Amino acid sequence: MVVADDIPESAVSTRNISKNYGDVEALRDLSLEFPRGQLTSLLGPSGCGKTTLLKIIAGLLEPTSGEVEVNGQMVTGPGPDRAFVFQDFALLPWASVMRNVSFGLEMRGVAKSEREDIAARYIKEVGLGGFENAYPHELSGGMRQRVGLARALSVDAEVLLMDEPFSAVDEQTRRKFQEDLLGLVQNENKTFIFVTHSIEEAVYVSDQIAILLPRPSRVHEIIRPSGFRDKGVDNIRRDPEYLDIVDEIWASLRTYVE
Amino acid sequence: MASSLWKSSMMKRANLLKILSALILFGAWEIAGRIPVSLAFPTFLESMSALFAMAFDGTLWAAYGETLQPLVVGVAISAVLGIAIGLWVGLSDFFDWLFSPIFIVMQAAPLAALIPLLVLAYGIGLTSKVLVVCIMAMPVIVLNTAGAVRNTPESMKEMGKAFLASDLSVILKIVIPAASPVIFAGLRLGISAGFIGAILAELKITPTGVGDIITYSRSIADYPSMYAAIFSIILLAVLFLNLLEKTEAVLFKGNQRGYVSD
Ligand SMILES: Nc1ncnc2c1ncn2[C@@H]1O[C@H](COP(=O)(O)OP(=O)(O)O)[C@@H](O)[C@H]1O
Ligand SMILES: [Mg+2]
Repeated sequence: MVVADDIPESAVSTRNISKNYGDVEALRDLSLEFPRGQLTSLLGPSGCGKTTLLKIIAGLLEPTSGEVEVNGQMVTGPGPDRAFVFQDFALLPWASVMRNVSFGLEMRGVAKSEREDIAARYIKEVGLGGFENAYPHELSGGMRQRVGLARALSVDAEVLLMDEPFSAVDEQTRRKFQEDLLGLVQNENKTFIFVTHSIEEAVYVSDQIAILLPRPSRVHEIIRPSGFRDKGVDNIRRDPEYLDIVDEIWASLRTYVE
Repeated sequence: MASSLWKSSMMKRANLLKILSALILFGAWEIAGRIPVSLAFPTFLESMSALFAMAFDGTLWAAYGETLQPLVVGVAISAVLGIAIGLWVGLSDFFDWLFSPIFIVMQAAPLAALIPLLVLAYGIGLTSKVLVVCIMAMPVIVLNTAGAVRNTPESMKEMGKAFLASDLSVILKIVIPAASPVIFAGLRLGISAGFIGAILAELKITPTGVGDIITYSRSIADYPSMYAAIFSIILLAVLFLNLLEKTEAVLFKGNQRGYVSD
């Protein structure tokens, strides 16, 4: 890989990761750098090992071989430097929005009044002000994922791992989420690792796109869209570079889709 | 706010329905007693007056003083031990292998056939009766708890780990609350079975307490008293199960998903 001058140093590096589930070889010898402060997408068809890679970075799964470093530290398990946003939200149905959002802080031993202050701030930030005492079943899918996002933001981890966070919400909500995500990347000064199977979504939100090909999964190509990022959220989808990259990615993926 | 108003009106309606169905049941009983369906079947009002008579002369309270001993002790042991063993069985394959067969056999065993063995081993005292209550109540509590624990959504446990929960926190803050609806369902079934066990013990081991009222009043053909005793134990069971339901509703508010569309 060519390292250009304008790419920041890596917040996360994965080196020669392999992962086997019994006979299934999910990942083989996968190496990838995740630049600090940027959003990297893992893009690929279903079953190509995106979730597996994300969970290995999170420390939720052990790789069969290879290693993950976060800020130069070897990953041996989950840590305070990483927070996870789940595809199925993974909210606690018996807990209010407030308790769900403050769950990570509770596990870190933050006192109740302090963690509720912090949680209240992030609940407002994701646009759920007024729903602090609601329960997950009273919320729409989009609102539930906002709770999941607030929970991940409230622990103030440097690396945010997001596993297809918008795949279970409707199209309009998804577009709003994508715009909000661009704002977060700009303002939060965090490193985002974002799994998606949507080409358009990946090109829209990413500073760097790693295209994974199916099993055993490896990085096929790294694309760094750069030209349209500052043109405003409304213009990205019309930008020629955006459209070209979408086409280019489709051209390289289509051979792998039956 | 509108939704909470609506909820409370739904609650009132649910209570109204309960009262209505009780009235219909009692009405049917009264009519059946007046036809009469059988000479040994008293009317609702006769049974109620027998109940009040027993309440006033103290026989009823004395009887419950005896019946409640094995019932309360047995149910308490079954609940505490049953949930604890169920948690273990659900969390560890080894305990599953060790304990599950015992409780499956216990659940399937014909209790009436075991009672002579229990009497042989533990005599006719409180111990045997407590054991009968436990044999009735515990298996369903253990098996429900274990099943619920085993079925905790993997993604919730994973979420706990990702947010740095310790193993103990995962069990206390995720596994147990997630399993609680099924644990409570097991408790309800187990406690109902415990009531049956307590009466069965009094009918099959030695007639004491409420079982004695039933046996004795049948032997002298005082059917209103017999039905009054049966009615009182059912009433107690229903009241107790309602109390349990309320406790669950207070403890795990968000788990009640009735009336709200997903
Ligand atoms: N726990 C598991 N046991 C066995 N196979 C698994 C397990 N998890 C994932 N796999 C397999 O590994 C491959 C990659 O899965 P995953 O990482 O979930 O892919 P993606 O997220 O890209 O859809 C799939 O073929 C899947 O069937
Ligand atoms: Mg996946």
